[in-house]
Amino acid sequence: MKGMTLIVKKTTQLLAGMIFMYGIYVIVHGHLTPGGGFAGGVVIAGSLILVTLAFGGDFLKLLKEETGTTIIESLATIMVILIAVSGFLFGTKIFFNNYLPKGIVGHLVSAGVLPLYNIFVGTEVAASIFIIFLSLIIFREESKQ
Amino acid sequence: MELSVSIITGFMIIGALYAIHAKDLLSSVIACGLVGYSLVICFLLLKAPDLAIVQIVVDTVTLIIMVAVVLDSSREESFLKLDTQGYIAAITVVLLIAILLYFFTASIQSLDVLGKSSLRMAKYYIEGAASKTGSANLVTGVVFDFRGYDTMGEAVVLVTAVLGVLTILRIKGKK
Amino acid sequence: MIAYIMCFILFFVGLYGVITRRNLIKIAVSLSIMEISTFLFFALIGYIDGGVAPIVDPAHPAKVYVDPLPQALVLTAIVIGLATTAMMMAVIIRLYRKYGTFDIREIRNLRG
Repeated sequence: MKGMTLIVKKTTQLLAGMIFMYGIYVIVHGHLTPGGGFAGGVVIAGSLILVTLAFGGDFLKLLKEETGTTIIESLATIMVILIAVSGFLFGTKIFFNNYLPKGIVGHLVSAGVLPLYNIFVGTEVAASIFIIFLSLIIFREESKQ
Repeated sequence: MELSVSIITGFMIIGALYAIHAKDLLSSVIACGLVGYSLVICFLLLKAPDLAIVQIVVDTVTLIIMVAVVLDSSREESFLKLDTQGYIAAITVVLLIAILLYFFTASIQSLDVLGKSSLRMAKYYIEGAASKTGSANLVTGVVFDFRGYDTMGEAVVLVTAVLGVLTILRIKGKK
Repeated sequence: MIAYIMCFILFFVGLYGVITRRNLIKIAVSLSIMEISTFLFFALIGYIDGGVAPIVDPAHPAKVYVDPLPQALVLTAIVIGLATTAMMMAVIIRLYRKYGTFDIREIRNLRG
């Protein structure tokens, strides 16, 4: 697919990195400020969609991106379930337990397993929305040929 | 508080009525995005900042997908006259609204006034939640610790939806 | 009480759109409007007078917080609504490529 004009490309080069960093900030501080895994994941997907729309890309490159993103999404879902199961092995023998030390309320490293949950759920949501967008573009390119 | 939420919901009703009756499909889709953005203001008035962040980004992505679909195909709706099926649909709507109105009035008499807590479990979730889960954000603590099964189910539903979209939009299979 | 009534009127507007419209895009838009009215109703139930947003500040704890449970339920529901709308759009594109129209009556006559 074709990219856009020069002004859009230059603006995207300045903005896309900052949006990505903001998404990571919202995910990591999910247990201190409003936000969390779902909101940060969709923000990261938004920055990836912006880069794809502004710069375009030929057909085979988009296909390779789609394959790689499906692998990342499946791995993130497996990690979410593994963290829930790991309550059996370490800590008390209860499924889905919050067993790491809780720390002081308000510090960055606190709340047990919750930051790990936030990171993996955020990755999975970002990959899902990016795959939905990429498959729409690939369908459109394929039906034009 | 209740007055401002009611006024914004009145704007949402007007926008929704326009979205249904518009002749141009692109205007209809943009009006749907506008109704979603007004919901963000309602969430901020009802003291729910988590929901406001999620709703604003999700509505933007929904708007992008819908505009991409509409611009790639035809953009106008063809109007034909009412025939028998149109009359049957109109009568069905009137019947359904009458039945639902009865249940709605029965339920609104059992809800308390806006502001007094209608749910009795509120204080059990709030007191001691900060020390039991260790997180300062109570909504994240409830989502991932007290009701973790719902979050696991939601992750699985997202994977299933992506699998469905990938299967539907496939033209050539693997040889 | 008025806020609940307006919320239900929005739900009825969406229901009317789903049943009487013939264009596929309008059906998808009306379904999205019904979901939005449900989210608003949940957030209205959980509101407590004089409460603040449910973020605990250890230095100055507030007296009354807004109920966090309905907010947790709506948080999950918003993202699932996005997945449902995306899947409906995929089906709509497929139907348009095959039959050339968005109208459900003509698709039913052309099918086969």
